[in-house]
Amino acid sequence: MTNRQIEALAPWIFTLGIFVFWEAAVRLLNVSSVVLPAPTEIFAAMHRYSVPLLKNSFVTLWTTLAGFALAVGFGLLRGLFVGWSRTIYRGLYPVMIGFNSIPKVAVVPILVMWFGIGEVPAILTAFLISFFPIVVNVATGLATIEPELEDVLRALGASKLDVMRKVGIPRAMPYFFGSLKVAITLAFVGTVVSETIAANAGLGHLMVQAGSNFQMPLVFAGLLLLAIEGIGMYAVTAWLEGRMTGWAFRSQQSAGG
Amino acid sequence: MIQLDDVSLAYAGRTGPVLALEGTSISVAKGEFAAVVGPSGCGKSTLMKLVTGLVKPTKGQVAVNGAPVTGPVKLAGMAFQNANLLPWRTVTENLMLPLEIVEPYRSNFRRNKDEYRARAETLLDTVGLKGFGDRFPWELSGGMQQRASLCRSLIHEPALLMLDEPFAALDAFTREELWCVLRDVWERLRFTVVLVTHDLREAAFLADTIHVMSARPGRIIDTRKVDFPRPRSLDVCYEPEFSALVLSLRNKIAEVRQS
Ligand SMILES: Nc1ncnc2c1ncn2[C@@H]1O[C@H](COP(=O)(O)OP(=O)(O)O)[C@@H](O)[C@H]1O
Ligand SMILES: [Mg+2]
Repeated sequence: MTNRQIEALAPWIFTLGIFVFWEAAVRLLNVSSVVLPAPTEIFAAMHRYSVPLLKNSFVTLWTTLAGFALAVGFGLLRGLFVGWSRTIYRGLYPVMIGFNSIPKVAVVPILVMWFGIGEVPAILTAFLISFFPIVVNVATGLATIEPELEDVLRALGASKLDVMRKVGIPRAMPYFFGSLKVAITLAFVGTVVSETIAANAGLGHLMVQAGSNFQMPLVFAGLLLLAIEGIGMYAVTAWLEGRMTGWAFRSQQSAGG
Repeated sequence: MIQLDDVSLAYAGRTGPVLALEGTSISVAKGEFAAVVGPSGCGKSTLMKLVTGLVKPTKGQVAVNGAPVTGPVKLAGMAFQNANLLPWRTVTENLMLPLEIVEPYRSNFRRNKDEYRARAETLLDTVGLKGFGDRFPWELSGGMQQRASLCRSLIHEPALLMLDEPFAALDAFTREELWCVLRDVWERLRFTVVLVTHDLREAAFLADTIHVMSARPGRIIDTRKVDFPRPRSLDVCYEPEFSALVLSLRNKIAEVRQS
């Protein structure tokens, strides 16, 4: 096997290794399945409860994606607005940071009071929590155009809109796609937190229910599915980033600068 | 072509106003190659911004082409020490950027795109970048990027070319090569050039007139005519008159840095 093949296989080997180690530890130390179920028990639970697990996974997935889509749409618009001029950027940046430092978990009860228990608070929590990284990144991409480049364009008679269209927006795209990776992970956290607090569907809700019935294997099955969903969504956004803004990576690597 | 009368400019610095230029007067004729030299921080870049209308003078008059400058002049090509090419565009697409902004090219851009592309390729050819049009800027060396940047500032055939230390970041050989590139393009098209530089040999080799600026707040304290016959070859740099000119410029600047 070549080095490259080993490198590609390494994550799988490690994952498998963790499961093997986990299984062995639980069996050798005789850990009760109410405390820490063995992987085999978890997989068995996954199989037995596959229908409710899949149903709830789907709820978590679509609420996360809905919240994320809202965050992308509004985040992009807001980012364009904030990054439009350096003055707006300087003025609004501290305000946004302040707003963003409120723990979003604290907002969930308010959302529940407004919209009732269900998917809406989950979507909105996902939206609120993933909105800021997108705004901040897009705005930063726009507001940090090289002043000399702006001078070149303005000396040609370019309007602010021209500068944004030709330089600002393309330049902000790597920032934007980079922020999607962070945003999707955060959106997922928001959804699950909200489901855990107040929902009647979703993996977070299922895990709370299973926990109160002491069905630890099912709780862990939920956890495992969360991990899989999380990795999947991260992978999609990371792929999208590489796809859309490959030039940014390549130009960073170049010696010419 | 360019006329500055008793121009002053103060920036709003963090600890009060910074007077960058005070009582600067300069005049550049149409088709003239003017160089501006001076100690660093004396306001050379500020002078460029005034002429192109990117900043407004605090006091005094700036006129370009006989008309007072009130906003960006819309006809100047500019190039700086950093090539500032857009990394997501190929070299040719980078060159075509001014054509997407300046009229009349702008309105016809879609229709004449192929013609403009050919024009960009021709220009690349003249600076020795033939065949590099489809490369991306990061695939080019610093000197090649600077050539492309020079092409970008020339593609719309501006009546006025403003160069702010365009060759400062290059090695000596590449720099001299680019002097010749600029010389040849200018001999052919005879646009008006203002070249800011801290390289006195560069100024002496390329320019018709050299303006020396004082330390900040900047003023033009000396103007020298350079009348080596044109077209000049690099050999002129080794003639005694050339050395004498460079030496006297050097002394002049040393003098103003002291005071
Ligand atoms: N935007 C600005 N705000 C405040 N001071 C500035 C600004 N731009 C330039 N200056 C100051 O004005 C002086 C002249 O700057 P500049 O024209 O860039 O000099 P040069 O190009 O000759 O090195 C410098 O002392 C610099 O610190
Ligand atoms: Mg400067």
